[in-house]
Amino acid sequence: MNHNTIVGNEYNHTIEHVHRDDVGAKMGMWLFLFTEVLLFGGMFLTYAVYRYQYSEQFRLAAMELNTGIGTLNTVILLTSSLTVALSIAAIQKKNKFLSILMLSVTVVFALMFLVNKYFEWMAKINHGIFPASEELLGRPNGQILFFGLYYVMTGLHGLHVLIGVIVLLFMLYFLIKNDITLDNYTKLENAGLYWHLVDLIWIFLFPLFYLIQ
Amino acid sequence: MANGVIAIEEKNFYQQSTNKYSGILSWLLTTDHKRIGLMYLYTISFFFIVGVIIGILMRLELLTPGKTIVDAQTYNTLFTLHGVIMIFLFIIPGLPAIFGNFFLPIQIGARDVAFPRLNLLSYYVYVVGAILVFISLFLPGGPIDTGWTFYIPYSVRSSTNVSMAILAAFILGFSSILTGINFITTVHRLRAPEMTFFKMPLFVWATYATAWIQIIATPVIGITILLVIIERTFGVGIFDPALGGDPILFQHLFWIYSHPAVYIMILPAMGVVSEIIPTFARRTIFGYKAIAMSSLAIAFVGYLVWAHHMFTSGMSDTARWVFSLLTFIVALPSGVKVFNWVATMYKGSIDPQTPFLWVMAFIFLFSIGGLTGLVLGSLATDVHLHDTYFVVAHFHYVMFGGTGTIFFAALHYWFPKMFGRMYFKKVANIAVLLFFIGFNMLYFTKFIMGYMGMPRRYYDYLPQFATLQEISTVGSWILALAIFLMAGNLIYSLRKGPKAGPNPWGGVTLEWHIPSPPPMENFKEIPTITHEPYDFSQLKEMKNES
Repeated sequence: MNHNTIVGNEYNHTIEHVHRDDVGAKMGMWLFLFTEVLLFGGMFLTYAVYRYQYSEQFRLAAMELNTGIGTLNTVILLTSSLTVALSIAAIQKKNKFLSILMLSVTVVFALMFLVNKYFEWMAKINHGIFPASEELLGRPNGQILFFGLYYVMTGLHGLHVLIGVIVLLFMLYFLIKNDITLDNYTKLENAGLYWHLVDLIWIFLFPLFYLIQ
Repeated sequence: MANGVIAIEEKNFYQQSTNKYSGILSWLLTTDHKRIGLMYLYTISFFFIVGVIIGILMRLELLTPGKTIVDAQTYNTLFTLHGVIMIFLFIIPGLPAIFGNFFLPIQIGARDVAFPRLNLLSYYVYVVGAILVFISLFLPGGPIDTGWTFYIPYSVRSSTNVSMAILAAFILGFSSILTGINFITTVHRLRAPEMTFFKMPLFVWATYATAWIQIIATPVIGITILLVIIERTFGVGIFDPALGGDPILFQHLFWIYSHPAVYIMILPAMGVVSEIIPTFARRTIFGYKAIAMSSLAIAFVGYLVWAHHMFTSGMSDTARWVFSLLTFIVALPSGVKVFNWVATMYKGSIDPQTPFLWVMAFIFLFSIGGLTGLVLGSLATDVHLHDTYFVVAHFHYVMFGGTGTIFFAALHYWFPKMFGRMYFKKVANIAVLLFFIGFNMLYFTKFIMGYMGMPRRYYDYLPQFATLQEISTVGSWILALAIFLMAGNLIYSLRKGPKAGPNPWGGVTLEWHIPSPPPMENFKEIPTITHEPYDFSQLKEMKNES
C-alpha cells in the first residue's frame, strides 16, 4: 500500500484488511500531546499561584540555581529537536544512514541533558536542599515551595526525557530493521512530535526557574 | 454465552477469533471492539456489584443510631471505597467503555475503532488500576478513609493507604484518556461514506463530546493526584499549609477535573436516551441539531463551573457569584435535551418496552436531580445545604438515577444485539418498577434529612432522623432486590432467552441493519449512508432486506 494513496482518503478503512491510517495516527498523537500539555499546565498553574503569593522568596531561591548548567541544557535540548527533525527529513529523502545518524545524535543529546540534570540535582542535594531536608525546612515557606516545585517539575520533565530516550531507541531499532521507510515513517514523525513537546516544556521551565533573578 | 446456536450463514463475533488464538486467549488478546466492549461489561459489572454491596452495608450501619454492624473507622473506609469504586471503576468508564466500544464503530459504519490495539491497552490499564484499588485494601495501614475527594490536608496526613488508592485513580484516568483519544480519532477518520457529522446517531455525538472532556479534564486530576502522592512520599510542601501550600488550590485542581467528570458520566447517558426515545416512539428525534450541539455546549460550559463545589471553602465572593451564574447556564443545554425528548414523544406511536420504561424512570429521576442541582448552585441555599444529605441525594439522583438508570436502559436496549437473545420482558419490567420505588425511598428521604441538617459522611445521627433513616435503609433493600432481579433475568437469558432477530425493536440506526450478534467485522460491505439517522421510513426497506 502506497502512502500517497492513503493520505486524503477519508474512508481508507474500506481498503483491504490491513488497517493503516497515517492521518489518524498523527491525529491521535496530537490529542495525546494535548493531554501532556494539560498535565504540565496543572503544574504551571500551581507555579503561577505560588509565584504570585511569594514572589520575593521565589526570586531569592532562584538565585541559588545554576544558570550556566540551565543554559547549557537549553542549548542541548533545542539542538536535539533540530537533529530529530533532520532525521525525519533524511528518511523522507531516502537517506537511511543519515536518518540513523541524526537519531543517534538526538539520543546522545538527551543523555547529556540527563547527566547535566543529575549533577545539578546532586549539587543541590549536597548543599542539603531537598524536600523535607532540615536545611530547607528552616527557610521561609516561599523557598520551600520554590524548591518543591523545582524538584517536582524538572523531575517530571526529566522523566519525560527518559521516556523520550526509550521511544527514540525503539525508533532507531525500527529504522535499522527497515520498519520505518520512505513510505511509512509516521511512527518516527510521532516520536519526533513527542520529542518537540519535551523540548517545548523545557523552554518554559528554563526561564521560570533560572531566569527570574 | 449465546454462541453457536443462532443459525445465520455468517459467523458472528463470538465464533470467530481476531487473533491466532482460540478459547480464552482469543478474548484476552483480542483487538475486536465488540469483544473488548464485552470484557469491559463483565469487569465493570463486577465492580458495580461490589459498590452496591458496600452501599448496602453503609445503609445497614445507618439503620440504627450508634454502632449497628461496623465501627466508625470502617464506616469511613466504606464510604470512601463506595465513592472510589462507583465513580472511577463504574460510572466514568461504564457507558463509553462498554457501549461506546461496542456500538460507536457500528453506528458510524466502521469495522473497528481507529486504534484497536490501544483499545485493548486501555482495557488492561483499567484492570491494573482496579487491581491496585483492591491491593490497597489489604496492605498495612488499612484502606483509604479520606472520602473520594481526597481533600488536603487530611489526605496528606492520613496514615491509611492513600497513595496506592489514588495512584489507582491516576492509572484509571490514563485508561480514560486513551479511550477518549481513540473515539475522537475514530469519529473523525472512520465514518462510512456519506455519514456526515450531522447524520451521526446522537449516541455517537454524545460519546464524541464525552471523549473531548476525557481528554481535556483528566490530565488535570492526573497531575493533582501525582502531586499528592509526591507530597506524601517525599514531604514536598505543595498543598500542605504547614509548608506554605494552599489546600484551596488542591480543591480547585481537583474539581477542574471532577466536575467535568460529572459530564463524562451523564453525556453518554443522554446519548442513549436520544437513541431509545425515537426507536420506541417511532418518530424521528425532535431537534436533532439542538441535541447534538447541546452535548458540545454541556462539554464546554461544564468545564467552567467547577468551583460551585467550593462555595463554603472561603474563596472570594466574586468567584462565588461568577461560578454560581455559570452553573445556572449548564441547566440550559440540559433543558434543551429534556424538552426535545419530550417533544419527540408527542404524537408518537409509543411502544412502552423495557428500555423505554427505564428512560421514563430516568427523565423523572434526572429532572429531580437536575432541579435540586439549581438549589445547590445558588449561593444562599448552598451555604445551608453544603455537606449535608441533600447533596448526597442530589448527586445520587443525577448519577445513579441518571447515568445508572440509563446504564440499565442501554443494557436492555442493546442486549438482544450484543447476545442475540431476548430477556424476559415482564420480569424486566417488574425490576424497573421495584427499582423506581426503592430508589425514591432510599434517596428522597435524604433530601428531607439534608434539609433538616443531617451532615453527610456521619457515622451516627440524632434520634429525630431515625424514621427517615429506616425508610432509606429499607429502600436500599428494595433497590438491591431490583438490581439482582434485573441481573438474574439478563444472565439467565444469555443462554435460555428466546432468540432475538436482527431488529427486535424496529430501530433504524446502523446496528439494527446487521445480524444479532454482529459478525466479526460488523459489515460485509461498508454501507453508504442515504438516510437521516432516525428516518423511520427506511423500516420498510429494512424488512424487505431480511
